[in-house]
Formats: sequence, C-alpha cells, structure tokens
Amino acid sequence: MTFDSNAFLIIFTGSLIAISCGFLGVFMMLRKMSMTGDAISHAVLPGIVIGYFVSGSQRSLEVIIGAGFLGILATLMIDWLRKKARVQLDASIGITFTLLFAIGIILINLLAYKVDLDQECVLYGEIAYLPIDSWITKSGLNLGPRITWLAGLNFFFVIGFIYLLFKELVLTSFDENFSSVMGIPSKGVNLALMSIVSYTTVSSFESVGAILVVALLVVPPATAFLWTKSLMPLLKLTAAMGISISVLGYYLAYWIDSSIAGMMVTVAGVFFGISVLIHGKKPAWFRGTSPANQPFGV
Amino acid sequence: MEDFIYFFTFQDPSIVWVVLGITLLGIGSAYVGTFSFLDKKALLGDAISHAVLPGICLGFMLAGEKNPVYIVTGAFLSGGVATFLSSWLKRNTKLSEDTIIATILSVFFGFGIVLLTSLQKSGNPEIAGLNSFIFGNAIGISESDLMLYGGLSLVIIVVLTLMLKEFRLMVFDPEYGKAIGFPMKAISFLFNVLMILAVVIGIQAIGVVLMAALLITPGAAARFWTDRLNPLLILAAVFSVLSGILGTYVSFVLPQMPTGPWVVVFLSMFALISFLISPKSGIISRYFSRKKYLRKTHRDHLMKALYKAKEGGKNGLPVEEIYELYPYQKAETSKSIKYLDRSQFIVKNQYVISLTEKGISDAMRIVRLHRLWELYLNESMNIAPDHVHDSAEQLEHLITPELEALLEKRLNYPTLDPHQETIPRENHDLR
Repeated sequence: MTFDSNAFLIIFTGSLIAISCGFLGVFMMLRKMSMTGDAISHAVLPGIVIGYFVSGSQRSLEVIIGAGFLGILATLMIDWLRKKARVQLDASIGITFTLLFAIGIILINLLAYKVDLDQECVLYGEIAYLPIDSWITKSGLNLGPRITWLAGLNFFFVIGFIYLLFKELVLTSFDENFSSVMGIPSKGVNLALMSIVSYTTVSSFESVGAILVVALLVVPPATAFLWTKSLMPLLKLTAAMGISISVLGYYLAYWIDSSIAGMMVTVAGVFFGISVLIHGKKPAWFRGTSPANQPFGV
Repeated sequence: MEDFIYFFTFQDPSIVWVVLGITLLGIGSAYVGTFSFLDKKALLGDAISHAVLPGICLGFMLAGEKNPVYIVTGAFLSGGVATFLSSWLKRNTKLSEDTIIATILSVFFGFGIVLLTSLQKSGNPEIAGLNSFIFGNAIGISESDLMLYGGLSLVIIVVLTLMLKEFRLMVFDPEYGKAIGFPMKAISFLFNVLMILAVVIGIQAIGVVLMAALLITPGAAARFWTDRLNPLLILAAVFSVLSGILGTYVSFVLPQMPTGPWVVVFLSMFALISFLISPKSGIISRYFSRKKYLRKTHRDHLMKALYKAKEGGKNGLPVEEIYELYPYQKAETSKSIKYLDRSQFIVKNQYVISLTEKGISDAMRIVRLHRLWELYLNESMNIAPDHVHDSAEQLEHLITPELEALLEKRLNYPTLDPHQETIPRENHDLR
C-alpha cells in the first residue's frame, strides 16, 4: 500500500481528537461525571447557533466562546438543580441537556435563513471531508486542513491544561474534602475542566459530531479502566487506544464505505467488549461447577 | 386568536389525530418515566433512545422500505439488547453506572451511524423518511402510523395501571415484594419491555436526543407537589399532555417550528416553575421558611441576653449595648426589637429595654431548654462543660415540650447546669 496523505491526515486528526477527549474523559470518569460530558456535548448547541448568528461564520471565535459559555452554564444548571432544587443527579442532567438542546434546535429553526446549520451535522459530523477543507491564508498559502489545525491546537490546550493542573485534578478527583483542606479550589478546578470539555466538544463537533465526542470521552477511559487502576497507565492506555481506533476505524470505514467517526466508535465498542470479556467478573459456569477454592463453603 | 380557536375547537380532523396521538404518547412516557425516575434509573431512557438507532437501520435494511412494523421491531430489539447489556455490565464489571450508560449510549449510536451512512450511500430514495425517526416529526406522522403508535401507548398505559401494585413494589421495596411471593425479576423485565416500547414510540414524535425529557421531566416536576404515588402519576401525565398540546399548537401556528423541541421547552418550564414555587419543597418557600427561622432564633437570643442581664441584677439593657452584642446585624436586631415590642415581650423605657412579665416567662423557657440540654450533654454524653454551649445554642430553638418533659425526667429535675447557673422554672423567684 502506498503512502496516502489524505488517509494519514484523517488518521492523524482522528488520533489527536481521540487522545484529547480520552485524557479529559479519564478525569471525568474518575469524578463519576461521564454523563455530564454527554450533557455538555448536547448543551453547547445554542451557544454554537448564537455564535454563528453573531459572527456569520461557523468557524469563528464567537462560536467557541458561545459554546464554552453554554458548557459552563449547563454545569452550573446541573449543580443548581441538584443542590438548590434538590433534584436527583441523573434527573438534573436529563432536564438540563434536553432543555438546552431543544432551545438550540428552536434557534436553528428561528434563524434558518441566516444560519446554515442542522442538527444532523451537530450530531454526526464527518471527518472524511477534512482534506478538502483547507486553511488558506490571505496571501494564498495553503497551510493544510483547517480541522487538523483546530484539533492540534485543542490537543495542546488539553495537554497543557492537564500538565499545569495535574496535581489539582488528581486531588480533586480522588478526594474532594482533602483537596479543599489543602486549599485547592475544587469548584474552580471543576469549572475549568468543564470549560475545556466544552471547548473540545466545539472544536471536534464539526469533524466527529457531538455524540461521537461523548463516545471518545467515555469509551477509551472505560476500557482502560478495566485493565488498570493507576492513573499513568490509565492515561497511556487511553492514548494508545485512541490511536488504534483511529487507524482501524479509518480502514474499516474505507472498506465498507461508511462513516469514519461512527466506525471509530464501533471499533472502540469492540475493544470495550473484548476487555469486558477478559477482565469482567467471570460467571459461575465459566469457572466450572466445582467450588474447589472455597474451603468454608457450605 | 383565530388560529387559537381553530386549533382548540378541533375542527380539523388531522389536528384531532395529532393531539390524540401526542396525548396517549405523553401519558405513556410520563407513566413509565415516573417509575424509572423513582427507581433512580432516569438516564437509562436516554441510553435506550440512542441505542435504538442501529435497530431502526437494520429494520429498514431488512424491509427495504420505510415499513413501520419492521422498524419498530428492530428498534425494540436493539433497545432491549442495550438494556440487557447495561444491567449485565453493572453486575460484571467494576465500572460505575454513569460510565456504563454513557458507553452503551455512544457505542450503539456510533454503530447506528455506520449503518445509517451505508444506507445513505446506497442511494435508496426512501431514506429521507428515516430521518424523521431519528429527529422526530410529530406533525408528519400519518394516520395509519398513529393507529399503531397510539395503540401501543394505550397498551403501556393499561398494563401500568392494572399492575400498579407490582410496579410500586418494584420501585419502593423489591426485597419485600420477593418475600411475599411476587416474581420480582419478571416484573422488572416487564417494566423494561414497557420502557423500551415507550421510547421506541416516543422517538418518532420527539427525536432521539429529546426523548429523555419526555421520560424524566414530568416525573421530576410532579415530585415537587406530592409524596404519594397515584397523584404523582396523574400530575406527571397532566404536565406531559399539556406540554404536548402546547408544543403542537406552537408548531401549528408557526409552521417552520418543530414540535418536539417546543414540547420539551414547555415541559421544562413546568418543571422549573414547580422547583421554584412548590409550597413544600420549592426553592422560594424554603428560602422564606429559612429566613423566618433565622429571625426567630435571633429574637430568642435577644430575649436570652435580656434574661441574663436580669439574672445579673440589672433591670434591662440599653439599646446601644444590645446592638453591640450583634455586630453587623443592625437591621436584623432593630427588626427583632420592633417585633418583640409589638408582641409585648419587652418594654422600652428611656433607651433601656427590659422584659415584660410575658417576656420573662418566654425567655425563661429558652434559657431553661438551653441549660437542660447543656446538662444532658455533660451528664449523659460525657462532653466537657466548655464544649456544650454551641450545641445548646442550636437545640434550644428546636426542643419540643414533650422532649423537654423527657429531659427533665431523665435528669431528675435538676437545679444547676454544668456552669453552676440556675435552671429557671415557672416558680423561680427572679421576677
């Protein structure tokens, strides 16, 4: 097989997105906030629409600011419902993201003449068109695909964020009380994490779609968690899985001519299934029927 | 206004059909959703609604056209697999429940997108109709579809109503249910079947993402108004039906507006209003009752200070001194003084405030409770005398006459508290 620059670009971008999402996802999972990630990825929709409406372009700074703002708003609203209104957590999440997503769709329909967006593109995304969409400077210089640049930028933000706040993230994830005793503003750290998750969602939604961002946030960390419990191996395994699902996902999608992002998630799901079969608790029939190693068994 | 009359007099048969459909659907999903909300499984509905996508696509592939029976069956089966997998993973791995739900939701949806993209690339012209299964289109549902979905909703409602007792046991006390001989496993299996059915039907009206709202929000809103199951179910159904009709009305008046999102917005409005104004547990009423309580405790503390001054031999306290006792609470203190003056607990005499006869007996009660509790902590809990004051400061406002009598009896009607101060009673000679 010869070197295909398009394939390389797509796999490279896919890996960048998968690794950034996976790293954030590890911390979300440790904080038992996986569904909050899901909620944020839906809730940014009104922010995207308003940003698009204000700036007239899908790739402007306003879109990112709008989405980041909505992501934080969603986090605060979930928190408010849970603490002040005393609604149970899962219901707070459900109410928040459905309301914000519904407002987003209503805004899209309201501004349909101005905003060329639809909910399909937000939900699905398609990474395959990435090589066509180049970033060309005013002097006409072709710098390569725009989305790859976006993903790269996001990757460095995420890595920088985790590198700078590593101690704070770890402490607040594992022992919130201890971290407040140490003087770490756990609420601030939490909000910072949520805003970078919203930013990642926005910069990835064009290429992989909102729901697949959720998949990349959740599935690689969950799979890695089945193999190890310590943090560094968890991050390394997540990264390795991010790269391998990009490669396998791309070629499988190419082979059956389907969605690359969808195939990446499907491959991740297969990895997850295999890991569960290897590392899950074994049912009784698997071990055989004689309970040999139960000396005090009845 | 004309539109309003035209819509709500139901002259147009197609409006009747849509409203009837959305009513049945709303009741069905609100019923199922309220049970799953009480069972703390609210987000399972969200997972199921995303997980039906592969089933819809496979059903379409097998039928080769938009055949509702094939598609509903496919959706039902893949929702079932997702539900089964989520409980299986919960039993067999150490992953937390939200991680499992998010994993199932996204993997099924990702696989669904793979199938959907393949279908779209195959160039079948019927594929356009498939989108309404995913994003919902309440207005676009035909009459024959409506018969199928309305009928299925009716089945859900009837089964839930007939087996109310069994499902009540499942939610509140499955262990007890098992002990008195109900087949709890079969009951929760049946419930899962009904839930998947509700999701599969609901998606076509409201869409994959927003289906969760139809399940979760009515129950969560109704929960603020009642603690009993039957009114809860009825209220949830009422919220759901009202929002359904209002949403349909908006998209009837403004044809470019989608129905589903408006239904969700109305539902959320009902929920937010309930959270705010519910008389028992609403945010506003809790805010005011807290404020009222704080005012009462402040008044109690003021009276206690006056009583202590009297114990020390002074007739009363100058106003200045009272303000100095509570720095940074000037407004609060002046309000308390006014209130106490009005209810004749205290009298003002040339800037000196002293207790009235009525005030003394009330203040005495507070001081008595305070000192009794201090003594109880010291004697029965072995807490050092210098550690008991703060707890007593809280409890003196809460101890009921019954509890007081019990404390008196347990402590054998003591005369002195741990700080060697008199525990005042009605026949005390202070006055």
